[in-house]
Amino acid sequence: MIPAPAFLANPERFMAFSRWAAPMFGALAAILAVAGLYLGFTAPEDYQQGQTIRIMFIHVPAAQIAMFAYVCLGVASFLALVFRHTLADAAAQACAPLGAAFTFLALVTGSLWGRPMWGTWWEWDARMTSVLVLFLLYLAYMALRASLDDEAKAGRAAAILALVGVINLPIIHYSVEWWNSLHQGSTILAEGGPAMPAVFLTPLLLMSLAYLSAFGSLWLVRIRGELWRRRAQALELKAARA
Amino acid sequence: MSRLGALVAREAALAWGRGGGPLVAVGFYVVVIMLLPLAIGPDPARLAGIAPGAAWATLALASLLSLERLFERDYEDGALDLLLLSPDPLELTCALKCLGQWLATGAPLALSAPFAAMALGAPSELAPLVLACALAGSLAFAFVGGIGAALSLGARRGGLLTAVIVLPLFTPPVILGGLALSAAEAGLPWVGWFAFLGAYAAAWFALGPLFMAAACRNALS
Repeated sequence: MIPAPAFLANPERFMAFSRWAAPMFGALAAILAVAGLYLGFTAPEDYQQGQTIRIMFIHVPAAQIAMFAYVCLGVASFLALVFRHTLADAAAQACAPLGAAFTFLALVTGSLWGRPMWGTWWEWDARMTSVLVLFLLYLAYMALRASLDDEAKAGRAAAILALVGVINLPIIHYSVEWWNSLHQGSTILAEGGPAMPAVFLTPLLLMSLAYLSAFGSLWLVRIRGELWRRRAQALELKAARA
Repeated sequence: MSRLGALVAREAALAWGRGGGPLVAVGFYVVVIMLLPLAIGPDPARLAGIAPGAAWATLALASLLSLERLFERDYEDGALDLLLLSPDPLELTCALKCLGQWLATGAPLALSAPFAAMALGAPSELAPLVLACALAGSLAFAFVGGIGAALSLGARRGGLLTAVIVLPLFTPPVILGGLALSAAEAGLPWVGWFAFLGAYAAAWFALGPLFMAAACRNALS
């Protein structure tokens, strides 16, 4: 196991760490976003896409985090299921709505970008469809979690579903890719270095980091909230029994 | 072995018994297929274009219907507790339950798929491939669907929840079968897509029972 989760597995230490880490990640996200947006909006117009290229700086990072959050959900679910760790379970629970929000953001900004560029709000293109399926997987996770009354059982059932989703995601991704692709291929991780000039690449990378720290900050805040909620519930039960 | 055989027979008998389960599923399938031309219009050229795909996607929907009965009733009347106590691993029990369910509803649905496709105007040369895709696909639907059914045990709105959980996971087989059918219709090589569909079904035939058993243990704990 990598050392960080092992160190943070102790709820006491996690609370002490996240108390400072959450606002610091938030501040970092704000600084990076300001810098990234400034560079993004002062960058020259794209020769083909004109002003709409600026949508990229909020769209691409959202799509990246949408997928990254599902990986986080899968890892947290795995730890919760195998080690029956309550903190991992709280992390998984806190992650799902965040991931769904980023996925929704990616879909909406993509749609707004598609309208001027491809001439349609929605195209049954491979990547858009697989992101839509990802969104539905998040919704399924939350729906399952919400509809079981016993919280411990709901957590484990949802964790099993998250793992099934993790196995399925690459299959969905590739099958949708074979099915139809209009979307441009990978630019940043393309063979032979990024196929994008630095004026666009720098703000894009800054925005990616900003989204990543924003996600980290929000996730920590949500886990903290979830742990407080559970503690309050336990105290309530204790008071009711007394 | 006789114990396991008895389990499959019990599942099939439960599905066939009272209410004629498989016939109802096939009936649902036929009704939805009938609604399609009513909604789209009777133009044969237009219908023929969507025929194999419509027959195929509707099969995914029809496969959902029987899922609710797969575990929920045994869970409610305590039979699932007894199955958990049996000396056989719960994984094997779940796999056999799914298999019995597939024999009772998935296979009859698959048998009616070529007729549905041809009724919509698909060329009759396509019928064997529609049947093959439907057989492999319904197996995948049954085993992936079984996971959803086991996960939503004890949930409020179980049936609807199962559909919401399971349908996004149905996308790969739906796509792969659709690709095989449209490739065959266009005279292109389709064996690769069909092989992928078979591989998907085989993978979930193997993996599904592990997840189902974990979900059942969780629901019974």
